[in-house]
Amino acid sequence: MSPEVLSAPSSVDVVKSDRAHSRARAARRRKAVVALARVLLLVAVLGLWEVLSRTGTIDPFNFSMPSKIWDQIHTWVMHGTALGSLGAQIWVTLQEALVGWILGVVSGVVSGIALGRVAFLADVLGPYIKVLNSIPRIVLAPIFVIWFGLGSASKIASAVVLVFFPVFFNAFQGAREVDRNLVANARILGASDRRVTLQVVIPSATSWIFTSLHVSFGFALIGAIVGEYIGATQGIGLLVAQSQGTFNAAGVYAAMVILAVVALAAEGLLTFAERRIFRWKPSDSGQ
Amino acid sequence: MSAEISPAIELRGASKVFRTPAGGLHTAVRELDLTVGRGEFVAVVGPTGCGKSTTLTLVSGLEEPTEGEVLVAGEPVDGVGDKVGFVFQQDATFPWRTVLSNVMAGPRFRGVPKAEARQKAREWLARVGLAAFEDRYPHQLSGGQRKRVALAATFVNDPEILLMDEPFSALDVQTRALMSDELLELWEGTGASVVFVTHDLEESIALADKVVVMTAGPATVKQVFDIDLPRPRKVESVRLEPRFIEIYREIWESLGEEVRITRERGTAHVA
Repeated sequence: MSPEVLSAPSSVDVVKSDRAHSRARAARRRKAVVALARVLLLVAVLGLWEVLSRTGTIDPFNFSMPSKIWDQIHTWVMHGTALGSLGAQIWVTLQEALVGWILGVVSGVVSGIALGRVAFLADVLGPYIKVLNSIPRIVLAPIFVIWFGLGSASKIASAVVLVFFPVFFNAFQGAREVDRNLVANARILGASDRRVTLQVVIPSATSWIFTSLHVSFGFALIGAIVGEYIGATQGIGLLVAQSQGTFNAAGVYAAMVILAVVALAAEGLLTFAERRIFRWKPSDSGQ
Repeated sequence: MSAEISPAIELRGASKVFRTPAGGLHTAVRELDLTVGRGEFVAVVGPTGCGKSTTLTLVSGLEEPTEGEVLVAGEPVDGVGDKVGFVFQQDATFPWRTVLSNVMAGPRFRGVPKAEARQKAREWLARVGLAAFEDRYPHQLSGGQRKRVALAATFVNDPEILLMDEPFSALDVQTRALMSDELLELWEGTGASVVFVTHDLEESIALADKVVVMTAGPATVKQVFDIDLPRPRKVESVRLEPRFIEIYREIWESLGEEVRITRERGTAHVA
């Protein structure tokens, strides 16, 4: 833009690389601004909360404040919780969620693919699945505590019922929407029904299934936490229940923060696995 | 003995009626009689949507005829047999498999040991000029390259009967001519019988020994023309020969009428 650039005996290349340079710089600057704005927003919200709570505008007893929550996390990390070390509590909850998630995913995928492939099964079971799906499944958690006791089995059960349905419906849909050409091609090439299911239907349903895996791990955590909250001897959910019972608002929030970190870490692992599995996909749709 | 004499494909009074989603009946093919000799290259032309593709699915065993008989090598068709290869109009390569693995799929499905399947697949990939691409995934290839993968994946099974449903219609004109030449080269080495469905009359004359003109839907055979152009042919040059133009004019007289009928129906439908 400047007159020097125009009058200089520079080749087009120089101008171009100059442009590319300034464009890259602008992109970098934009990234930095976004990151800064994010941090500022967080600081502002936490700061406002702290200030409002300290000045008594909102009741610090009910709403607690960030510094107290931080203290609570610090105490749990350094000195353990009333139930034992914090790590052990996280591990218990994570284990229940993980086992429930795996069971729910496996059963959901298997039955989804089976019903997607076998029209007879789908016709017979379809209405029942709809009915089961319409039950708000979170109310099953107390029943599971009655059935399976205070141990981890009842939490796993509530995680399973929460995970099963979204995974099932996605796998079912995925199996139904397989490209008919691919199935026809596989049959012409000589594939048996079993091969078609294993080597055509399941691979093409994987992207549907993975979509549900992201959501469903969150559901598994919810199942485990609610189960623990209702009745347990260990776990983050119990920590929430106990903090609530002792009017320790900071404890409830601290448990929430810990859960958020756990859920984000799990999500990151899943995304990583997905990238490895979907190497065959064009990168634009893989995002 | 009778298998020696019997033609590669025979349709006798074959009809196919589909149930439409709305609950009505749609006749795609009616009373179709068609014979394809062994090693013969037959092109089927007709107006778009007249039911040409249905004919192929009947021969392949993917669909059963509602009425009539379909014989392959003198035997009634019962399900998908192992003599048939099918090249689809749309991409039917498995996107999650590499190029090599796609070509290996057929032999592997048929129980050929892995090492042997790999060797056969490599041979065919070399023949279609994709030896350097065996580790790529289909989305990393061009449309023409994907079609070559489909051809290799079909030929690797040594089909006695090759069914092709407008295989090159999605390609640009230059690639299409190139692929047609390659197809002729590949086919001449195998002695397979080919049924090649297309709506492109030029393509059908350039490729085939016999051009079958279908009526407007429901499809049945209207007329059969023998193409007496000498082989080997090159698609780009054969279409400039006077005899080619003569044949073209002759067949178009028959086909053009059906195209007109289809078009009029289309406009009537819209109105």
